[in-house]
Amino acid sequence: MAPLASWRPARRRRGDDALRALTITSGVVVLALLCAIAGFLVVHALPALAHDRGSFLTERQWDPDSSHLFGVAALAFGTLLSSALALCVAAPVAIGAALFTTQLAPARLATALAWAVDLLAAVPSVVYGLWGYYFLLPHLVGVQTWLSRDLGWIPLFADPHGTANTFSKSVFGASLVLAVMVIPIVSAVSREVLAQADRGVYEASLALGATRSEAVWHAVIRPRVPGLLSAAMLGLGRALGETIAVAIVIGSTFGIDWHILTPGGNTIAANIANRFGDAGAIGRSALIASGLVLFGMTLLVNFVARVVIARSGIRERSAT
Amino acid sequence: MSALPRTVTRRRRGVNLAAGVGITGCVAAALAPLIALMVFTAQHGATLLSGNFLTHSMAGVGPLAPGGGIYHAMVGTLEQITLASGLAVPVGLLVAIGITEQPVRGLTAAVRFLVDVMTGIPSIVAGLFVFAFWVVGLHRGFSGFAGSLALAIIMLPVVVRTAEEMLLLVPRSVREAAWALGLPRWRTIWSVVIPAARTGITTGALLAVARVTGETAPLLLTVGNNSFINTNPLRGAQASLPVFVFSQSGSAFDVAVRRAWAGALVLVGFVVVLYLTARFLTRNRKLG
Repeated sequence: MAPLASWRPARRRRGDDALRALTITSGVVVLALLCAIAGFLVVHALPALAHDRGSFLTERQWDPDSSHLFGVAALAFGTLLSSALALCVAAPVAIGAALFTTQLAPARLATALAWAVDLLAAVPSVVYGLWGYYFLLPHLVGVQTWLSRDLGWIPLFADPHGTANTFSKSVFGASLVLAVMVIPIVSAVSREVLAQADRGVYEASLALGATRSEAVWHAVIRPRVPGLLSAAMLGLGRALGETIAVAIVIGSTFGIDWHILTPGGNTIAANIANRFGDAGAIGRSALIASGLVLFGMTLLVNFVARVVIARSGIRERSAT
Repeated sequence: MSALPRTVTRRRRGVNLAAGVGITGCVAAALAPLIALMVFTAQHGATLLSGNFLTHSMAGVGPLAPGGGIYHAMVGTLEQITLASGLAVPVGLLVAIGITEQPVRGLTAAVRFLVDVMTGIPSIVAGLFVFAFWVVGLHRGFSGFAGSLALAIIMLPVVVRTAEEMLLLVPRSVREAAWALGLPRWRTIWSVVIPAARTGITTGALLAVARVTGETAPLLLTVGNNSFINTNPLRGAQASLPVFVFSQSGSAFDVAVRRAWAGALVLVGFVVVLYLTARFLTRNRKLG
């Protein structure tokens, strides 16, 4: 807010000095907190890394407490795969919903829809997990059977062990639960992004004879692609770190397996939630090390998304 | 869809129609899970929900035994989120005031960016940090307060963002009027800007509370779980609603899963009430 800074008091006041100190302190506190998070995770991850008999970044197994052979490779793979798939499903739906809210819906309906989608973001993660396990997974068996039978030639949907048609915890189910959870965030940010499109250009396109879909495409979507991409990336950041819901609906295996319909899969966050209670000292340190990798991944994704948003001059607002 | 002129080709008409249908379909696809989830949770949760369930703890209830309740978990959750709000709301408000009312060249933009980055910290990482720093590092052990620390870290950026928005909604002319009357900056903020933005700030705080109420992962690492009533948030493991739901849902026994659903219904009900209260407070103004 540069305009507010233009005003200067005639003489210095103690209260205003305190205000300035407050600004600086609060900035330092936020920075210190971020540094402390990274610092403490590193310090507590070191004992495990020193004990690791494998290579932490490339080893797939996870057995820190007895054989000291563990690594984050399979977990990181599962995290990236499930989040990427979730985003493939969520981003088009979320952006479509945002388009409907900003372009098609009458004002009252738009407000109601925005409320409903935001409410979806407030539903606790553990409830999504419960719902995913008891409602979604049983209903997915049919879809899995169909995908593996008719689209099995796509490697992702291949079913080498003939297990796709059974009720099971898999990457597929976890990705869909994640997609449901990520839709509200992507949709809320996309709504902000699309609302800032130039209305004049849109109306000019209509006046020149464009159909509504053409006007929306050329005047609303095309100029806002960077903003929409970063909305999707913020969703990706959320999906990467999602824990409990995924812990409930994903398997607990340690392999790099592209077959998303077969039982199994795991993510860094889910593995921490599932193993933390029973882990010994080295085990906990190893889980903290994996958390550090997750922290790095989400930080990178969010950083890129924020830079893109900042570059394209969009102020993303709703954080919930 | 408005009527198109005759000159528009069939192909363009088709694309236009398909786009409209597709976009409407997206809304349906986004809302269907919400409806399915609410209905399914209500159906399953209502079977066990009763006065008895709300007023009893899990003390002495075996894994296979029916009965028991969530009283201990509600006590824990209320204490944890109250403490977390007590930490995050004042600090978040101060940071927001710093950003909006007294910008410092270079620093303010950096703080804003860091707060944005903080929004992206996974909740489990916040839990790991508090575990490493407080539970193990300072040898404090599991406690409700450790959980509140983790929740406060998750709340902080949300509070800052919404408070910042709300402070910026107060027109500059209002501040200028106060300055013209001779009020110093800090007095303007305290007596003019904050009262004007109060409702919005409350809304932001409520939304932040709604968001952390359902957090499970950080609590697993910092508070643990307890089947007994522990009213002291500073000492010993405490139960909480999300962890209660998670632990009961992991059971192979039907009675436990039914308890999980009833707990989930209470949790969703609480979050929805918080959310609607927040929205009701600011129903006449645009908020994100």
